[in-house]
Amino acid sequence: MNWSLIVKTAIRDSRKDRSKLILFMSSIILGVAALVAINSFNDNLVRDIENQSKSLLGADMTVGGNKPLNEDLVASLDSLSTERTSELELFSMSYLPSKDESQFVRLKGLTGNFPYYGKLITEPLEAANTYKSELAALVDDGMMLQYGLEVGDSIKLGEVMFPITGRLMNAFGSVDAGASFAPSVYIGGQNIEATNLIQPGSLVNYKEYVKVFKDIDLDDWEDVRRKKFRNEAQRITTVEDQRQNLQEAFSNLNNFLNIVALISLLLACIGVASSVLIYVKTKVQSIAILRCLGMKSEEAFMVYFLQIISLGTLSVIFGVALGSIIQVILPLVLKGFLPYEVNMSISPSAMIKGFVMGELITSLFAIGPLLGIRRVTPLRALRISDDTQQRDPLQWLIYGLIFITITGFLYTLTENVLDAITFSAGILFAFLILYGVAKSVTWAVRKFFPSSASFVVRQGLSNLYRPNNQTLTLIVSIGLGTGILTLLFILQGLILNNVEDMGVGNQPNMIVFGIEADQKEEIEDLTKSFEMPIIQHVPVVTMELAAWKGKSKKDWLSDTTRTSSRWAINREARVSYQEEMPVDDVLLEGTYTGVHDGGDSIFISLSERYSNGLDVEVGDELVWNVQGAMITTYVGSIREINFRKMESRFFILFPIGVLEDAPQFLILVTKSPEKQTTADFRNAVVKSMPNASVIDLGSILATLNDIITKVSYVIKFMAGFSILIGLIVLISSLFLSKFQRIRESVLLRTLGAVEKKIYRINAVEYASLGILSALTGISLAVSGSYLLAKFVFELDFNLSWWPIFGIFIFIVALTVIIGLWNSRDVVKRSPLEILRNV
Amino acid sequence: MILEAKSIFKKYKGIHKELTVLDDINFSVNKGEIVSIVGPSGSGKTTVLGLCAGLDTPTSGSISLAGSMISSLTENEKAEVRNRKVGFIFQNFQLLPTLTALENVMIPLELQGRAKGAKEKAEQLLERVGLGGRSHHYPSQLSGGEQQRVSLARAFSNDPEILFADEPTGNLDEETGSIVEGLLFELNKEKQTTLIIVTHDLELANKTDRIIKLKGGKIVSDQRIKATAQI
Repeated sequence: MNWSLIVKTAIRDSRKDRSKLILFMSSIILGVAALVAINSFNDNLVRDIENQSKSLLGADMTVGGNKPLNEDLVASLDSLSTERTSELELFSMSYLPSKDESQFVRLKGLTGNFPYYGKLITEPLEAANTYKSELAALVDDGMMLQYGLEVGDSIKLGEVMFPITGRLMNAFGSVDAGASFAPSVYIGGQNIEATNLIQPGSLVNYKEYVKVFKDIDLDDWEDVRRKKFRNEAQRITTVEDQRQNLQEAFSNLNNFLNIVALISLLLACIGVASSVLIYVKTKVQSIAILRCLGMKSEEAFMVYFLQIISLGTLSVIFGVALGSIIQVILPLVLKGFLPYEVNMSISPSAMIKGFVMGELITSLFAIGPLLGIRRVTPLRALRISDDTQQRDPLQWLIYGLIFITITGFLYTLTENVLDAITFSAGILFAFLILYGVAKSVTWAVRKFFPSSASFVVRQGLSNLYRPNNQTLTLIVSIGLGTGILTLLFILQGLILNNVEDMGVGNQPNMIVFGIEADQKEEIEDLTKSFEMPIIQHVPVVTMELAAWKGKSKKDWLSDTTRTSSRWAINREARVSYQEEMPVDDVLLEGTYTGVHDGGDSIFISLSERYSNGLDVEVGDELVWNVQGAMITTYVGSIREINFRKMESRFFILFPIGVLEDAPQFLILVTKSPEKQTTADFRNAVVKSMPNASVIDLGSILATLNDIITKVSYVIKFMAGFSILIGLIVLISSLFLSKFQRIRESVLLRTLGAVEKKIYRINAVEYASLGILSALTGISLAVSGSYLLAKFVFELDFNLSWWPIFGIFIFIVALTVIIGLWNSRDVVKRSPLEILRNV
Repeated sequence: MILEAKSIFKKYKGIHKELTVLDDINFSVNKGEIVSIVGPSGSGKTTVLGLCAGLDTPTSGSISLAGSMISSLTENEKAEVRNRKVGFIFQNFQLLPTLTALENVMIPLELQGRAKGAKEKAEQLLERVGLGGRSHHYPSQLSGGEQQRVSLARAFSNDPEILFADEPTGNLDEETGSIVEGLLFELNKEKQTTLIIVTHDLELANKTDRIIKLKGGKIVSDQRIKATAQI
């Protein structure tokens, strides 16, 4: 091969046409940028988790559970610790007298010198040092802002009024959604008891923060003792565990973002493939002349391969640079998810990964259409014939390589071959559907062509199937972009609608729990005084499983062949008793026993999930430890529980006549007619029964909405990339198609078509493309969301069509506007000027 | 003898039946001869030219061009022969639109690997066809006559043994056509090249040594007008 000539010809030939491709290459720039930004962000996140996990945990290790440590475990901890801090955490109502408001909070009572690593940041700073030794509370900054509280105001927790001595600017280990649902309040551990909030049945978590002797290998210690702690339902979390947990939590998010970025890159590549195909078509004559003059087909191929690859590489480099800049924006977008500030810096590995992936995918997608060059015969110089359309067996090799590359990339994310293949197959399936739609459309328009329609309509429609049409590229790219956006939109709506439905009509919307047995009448009277119904008022008894199927809990836990799950075994059971089975529950097996007949056998009812978790069947024996007393029961029935109503649901139901004398508290379910009543009722409950807590649907909805908004913001940001690339592909496709349509438009103008007519013809074409792409994308999204709602989220599928119609109109309008904007050049220039150049 | 076509058939498969475009074509051309191929539209003139120049392959028969059995060569071997021994002039000029006039003329030499001196030779040829001052212009900046003159310069740049011209004046007005025609014959005489012209223009055909008439894919007459010195 004559390499110097190939290089020279490639440079000379591209001189006048480079701008045509550069526009298309901008989609690669964006695709690669998305990939690099996300990978850089992830690298920085992992690095920071590595560096900061100790200060995030605040100690070397924590041990926590829903009961205090027994002596044996305390001794075990003493052997390795220099210092320990005890924490009691419970969810409770708080009352703000200065505002006459109440708020559900996460109350933490601490003793000891926690945190050992990192700093508890408060305003004023000294409040962090003094709150444990005096009667004082530190209140979450967000809550202070929400209620307009100031340091010096008071907060009533249970029966005690605490002065607020500081704003809590950070919290330890609170990366879960509960943080936004219930803001944190810190008090000294010695003051907890006085609040009287710890009652039988209260949701209390006990945690020990441990600072370990320097010469102790915590991993070895943990390996030996983890089981012992687990058997007592105590969970050990070391710095390493915390690091892994955080990494796992963020790797899911990161994987999702990476997949969206990959789809964006693939969209960009469809644009590349189509642009290269059109580019090759415009070059066929030049290629034929070169072949006539004696250039070999491989040399001609290399000329254009070099051009495309050089521009591709340039775009990938720009993309890598842009991605490194964009990653600075990502922390702002992801703010709601991050437990701390991530320090952003350039990540060479992300840049290399983005470059390699960008280069691979771009080259593979570009080579496909370039292969046609090998088939251009020199005879083309003498007469017109299209020899680039024939299928080349090498194409299949390229398709195979593209599939392998994508699967390989997904494997690096999921580290599971099957998942990677499933994902690639899913992407392939979506592309195939869009491809199929595009092909059917071109076929159908030709087959059912409206011959009697006006000239403008006929011209516009026939552009959908004429040679060099853009139907396939645009339907795939716009369709996929629209599909992703609509899917996200529908899912968000479905989740929120399903939750909102919980409170409509006569459905309950408020739960009061933690009511003591002797407050039964008081709470009922209070509820009635607000003219609210008592929908459910049930007793709750806490108990623990002691033995089942003839074997003690200890024996089961040490049995390596057991089939029951740890969560079911260690669960602190909150049991109720009632005569009738809840109306919404479905009896799956056995008979529900509502009243105990006084005989030896007590028949209880279990939920399906719990019975599966424990691996027990109807007739199996279960022994319960009810605060010291052992009660033997038998599984009488198994129920399927309907959780879609805001009522308390019980995994375990006893018959009447067994638990009446056991220590218990009550749960009351009611319905508040409007917000003000909710607030007034909440305040009244907190004032008269400080031990009780009120949870209302409104605050759950607000929290859920907040979380979904944060998630969807991130998703929308990434889908935005996809849409933006789709638009660039659209603009570029139309830009290139302009050169395809130019001769036709000019001839039409020469023959007397006025400007308006040409605009109309183009409008018909682009409107048809927009309508078809948007419809296909929306149909895919609707069917996808139906499947997800039905099988993954188990939600009712009710679509609100107006917003979807809005998306449809937006996409169609955008396509038409961009299309017409592009054609204005053809219309404005003089036909003569164009004819000389064509 | 520089070109010999023996029993050439060219058939295309149609939807219902086979279409015979060339039907048993036999002729030969001596070195230095100027031959015109004439005939009505669809008679197969351009197909004959394409086959003889190695741009296409006959369905059956053999073609020998400048000592090579071109009908049995591979695509790349044919490309080699075209580059070293053949020159082309097309009705629609076929200049590479993205290359300047000078670069268009240099291309055949560069393809031969003769980059050294290619520029000087191309400049001389452009000068010879009267376009010395336009060498850096793109085809779109040149008139039709000028483009065809660049095409002439390119055709002679690799010192071909044989030159194929497909309606060289077909796209030009009479005056410009006669200038191009004059240049073509002059250059051909200077370089002692064999010239095959496909044309409708009988006036132009009459200026050649020999006229081969085609009709319906067959040679209907092969008439020598002038005696040509056999080289």
